[in-house]
Amino acid sequence: MRIILLLPSLYLLLAIVGCGMDQRTKTLPILGSREPVSKLVNGDTIIDTLYHRIPDFQFLNQDSVYITSHTFDNGVYIANFFFTHCPSICPTMQRNLLKVYEKYKGDERVRFLSHSIDFRHDSPSVLKAYADKLGVTNDQWQFVTGSKADIYGIADSYMVYTKEDSGVPGGYDHSGYFILVDKDKHIRGAYDGTEDEQVQLLFNELEILLKEYE
Amino acid sequence: MRNTCLYMCFALLSVYCVLHSCQSEQAIRTAQYTVNGQKLYVAHCQNCHGTKGEGLGGLYPPLTDSIFLTNHREQLACMVKNGLSGPIAINNQVFDTEMPPNPQLTPIEIAYVLTYIGNSFGNDMDMFTLEEIQRSLETCSTANR
Repeated sequence: MRIILLLPSLYLLLAIVGCGMDQRTKTLPILGSREPVSKLVNGDTIIDTLYHRIPDFQFLNQDSVYITSHTFDNGVYIANFFFTHCPSICPTMQRNLLKVYEKYKGDERVRFLSHSIDFRHDSPSVLKAYADKLGVTNDQWQFVTGSKADIYGIADSYMVYTKEDSGVPGGYDHSGYFILVDKDKHIRGAYDGTEDEQVQLLFNELEILLKEYE
Repeated sequence: MRNTCLYMCFALLSVYCVLHSCQSEQAIRTAQYTVNGQKLYVAHCQNCHGTKGEGLGGLYPPLTDSIFLTNHREQLACMVKNGLSGPIAINNQVFDTEMPPNPQLTPIEIAYVLTYIGNSFGNDMDMFTLEEIQRSLETCSTANR
């Protein structure tokens, strides 16, 4: 009789502890393609996994200064793709990213990188005016421009869809994802920047990622 | 004598009913325009102007400046239809981002969306009728464009 009572309560206790553990030890996956590589370690051949990384890049920012991938070496960053006179999803996206920026403003562990896909119109001065009006006042959030090949090429690395398309409002088609990148340039999360629930998920998972570096 | 009194009461009651139904018909129409307008607002305006008409920083102006809206009531239809460029002052802040035109909106849709904006976000402007929008649009096709 006692054991019958004890078992469910033990199970319940385990479940509660188990859930708690899960929350504390949760880590974000590394997204993207991966391939096995053979390495020789101490005379033994071992198989290691090569994860997808954001390749090195160099772009011109809103202050007409070249920034590189090393600008983001000391922290995690959130990348997205937009253009300044985009009439469709960008305002919602940037409004949501602004919330994240405002929360982490002054916190050097988190940076932001918005790529303009309108390489014709969005010169550094246009990007500067846009950043000022949006309310971005420090260099934690970079707005960059580059050649079409460079920008659209790096979008593929972030797994974000971008395309020049005269058939859509504004002339450029793209998806509104926020891409969370860690210090090793691995993609750790992708969130639809136009959905409130997904943005909340970004807030939560960003904290989980930052805990890895504590 | 008693009958006359009854008739009088009945007559008064019917007058009251007619008046009352007129008034609530107006209220129902405003509500109807507002509901239709909200759908259009979500589709065409909300990206920039926000769910609460709050705008976005210095990029897109809020729709909460009742004084601006009231003073520009006749131009609002043209602004929605043809867009807007050049600086404007909203809540004492200057905005200078070009607003794209919405040529696909019909006059009745503009009436819906303006009724929604004009009676949301703290604004209280009465409804925009189709006739009012048509009158406004006639003036902008020559002067504004």
